[in-house]
Amino acid sequence: MSDRTGAPAVPARAVSRWVKRSWLRTHSVPTLFMLAFLGYFLLPLVWLLIAATKSNDDLFSTFGLSFGAFHFFQNVRDVLARDHGDYLLWMRNTVLYSVTSAGGAALLATAAGFGFAKFRFRGKEAAFWLILGSVMVPQTSLAIPTYLMFASLGLANTPLSIIAPSLISPVGICLMRVYAEDAVPDSLIEAARIDGAGEFRIYRQIAFRLLVPGFITVLLFTFVQTWNNYFLPLVMLSEPKWYPVTIGLAQWNGAATSGGGSELLFSIVITGALIAIVPLIAAFLALQRYWQTGLATGSVKG
Amino acid sequence: MSTGSTAIGGARRRDSQRRQRRHQTLAGVLFILPALALFVLLLVGPLLYALYLSFFSQRLIGDNLFVGLDNYLYALQDAEFGQGLLRMLLFLVVQVPIMLGLALVFALLLDSGRLWLARLIRLGVFIPYAVPSVVAALMWGFLYGKDFGLLGQLGRTFGIAMPRFLGSELILASIGNVVTWTYAGYNMVILYSALQTVPSELYEAAGIDGAGPIRLALSIKLPLLRPALLLCTIFSVIGSFQLFNEPSILRAAAPDAISSSYTPNLYIYRLAFQDQRLNYAAALSFLLGLVVFVLSYVVTGAARRRLT
Repeated sequence: MSDRTGAPAVPARAVSRWVKRSWLRTHSVPTLFMLAFLGYFLLPLVWLLIAATKSNDDLFSTFGLSFGAFHFFQNVRDVLARDHGDYLLWMRNTVLYSVTSAGGAALLATAAGFGFAKFRFRGKEAAFWLILGSVMVPQTSLAIPTYLMFASLGLANTPLSIIAPSLISPVGICLMRVYAEDAVPDSLIEAARIDGAGEFRIYRQIAFRLLVPGFITVLLFTFVQTWNNYFLPLVMLSEPKWYPVTIGLAQWNGAATSGGGSELLFSIVITGALIAIVPLIAAFLALQRYWQTGLATGSVKG
Repeated sequence: MSTGSTAIGGARRRDSQRRQRRHQTLAGVLFILPALALFVLLLVGPLLYALYLSFFSQRLIGDNLFVGLDNYLYALQDAEFGQGLLRMLLFLVVQVPIMLGLALVFALLLDSGRLWLARLIRLGVFIPYAVPSVVAALMWGFLYGKDFGLLGQLGRTFGIAMPRFLGSELILASIGNVVTWTYAGYNMVILYSALQTVPSELYEAAGIDGAGPIRLALSIKLPLLRPALLLCTIFSVIGSFQLFNEPSILRAAAPDAISSSYTPNLYIYRLAFQDQRLNYAAALSFLLGLVVFVLSYVVTGAARRRLT
């Protein structure tokens, strides 16, 4: 607000009008409007947080947004003990799948984006349009064909069958191309070439450092995508020992809901769900800068 | 003597330039190759394999039989598939405008500089994007539900009769609400980021011309947002037709309202894993991908024509 009013180019008349207009009047209505929506977006999560502290009986007997007896740690113990500790196994799988997929996808997309942005060769644009066009191919439409292919090769129901398909990120490649065009100056590459540096040394020691913000953006979004993935593992995996946490939770939810919470407690499902989202929310809060710049790059030129 | 040496030197330089260019071409290809190879192997490969499978039909005894386009002809008359597609079309024309409309209003308000707590609001609206759709759906399933649903409790507190959110009349709207809750903030951030790149001189000029904040938003910001809005629309179109996670999870709480062929993807999943009709499932996967591809292409084309 202040930078616009304080700009010297604005005539004095406009400034006095700005000052006269009461801050309270211009800000209160939009802020209240947004706060109402903020309630809509945050209330379910607040509910989840509160519900995770209650015992299964209190879930039924107390109001959703008020606390019952504090039962959180018992709930966590129940989650970890359920089905001989499957939850920890699922969490480990989810971490394994998301970390390897995100790291691999970000490395591949960064190298490819750099190649597309800074080199000229025949067939480059055709290859890029092929990748860009595939953004419009729905991911879930691919899941069953991918399963059929993996199954015919005997590779279904393995960690590889989840990690490998998650390594390709058409959006990531497009984003890194746009990002690399501006982030790595041509003159810098030329200077390094004159100094006798090879292309891969230039990439490793100079360009990659400049591409790190874009790299982290792709890393973050692929990480979230793989962490949240449900359809692909549902199709690919048949043994609980390879399940990611999304599949495990969905099964628990199904069991609790169909049994009315008698066989498998609702409090276990709710606490398990809460634990599963904490790492992601923490990652998003810690890496705010990156998802914002990433989405800006994608939207401006996309 | 001296002229000869420069000619040789020139040829040598040209030669080394050519070698350098070839060297760079090779390097460029090598940078792209790993990603491109995986892309062909894991994206083009499965699509072609599905296309191949879709021309066959599994027999009870013996091998697969080549049936040509029979699976596709059957699909065109498949009422379950058709109803799923129509349902997603309905979902698309109602949910996407609501979600993008909200995202647009949020982004414009954030950009107007007339919000207190703007940073907090932006973060809070975006946070649901970090929640897996599985968790979002099961959480909303509890909120909708009759066991200990918060919405029902609020209704009883204020003496309002709450509708059955998980009944067959409202279930599509309830699913739409989960999707809107998850993705409105994501779209808001895309639109807001696009607004941030607009040079502020443009606003100052308009401000001097006496344009109020609403006119500023409608006649200057909105046109500038078109490319970003197009991007959001395409991603939402693609997302709508793939709808699977939310109805699949909510089915546990609303088995009567959500049938096993409620969305095209639920249907394909049932065909592949319950009915063991893999070839037909492959054909429908391919067909669904094609529908989405063509539709996004049409949306892009229509938007391009209106832009120019």
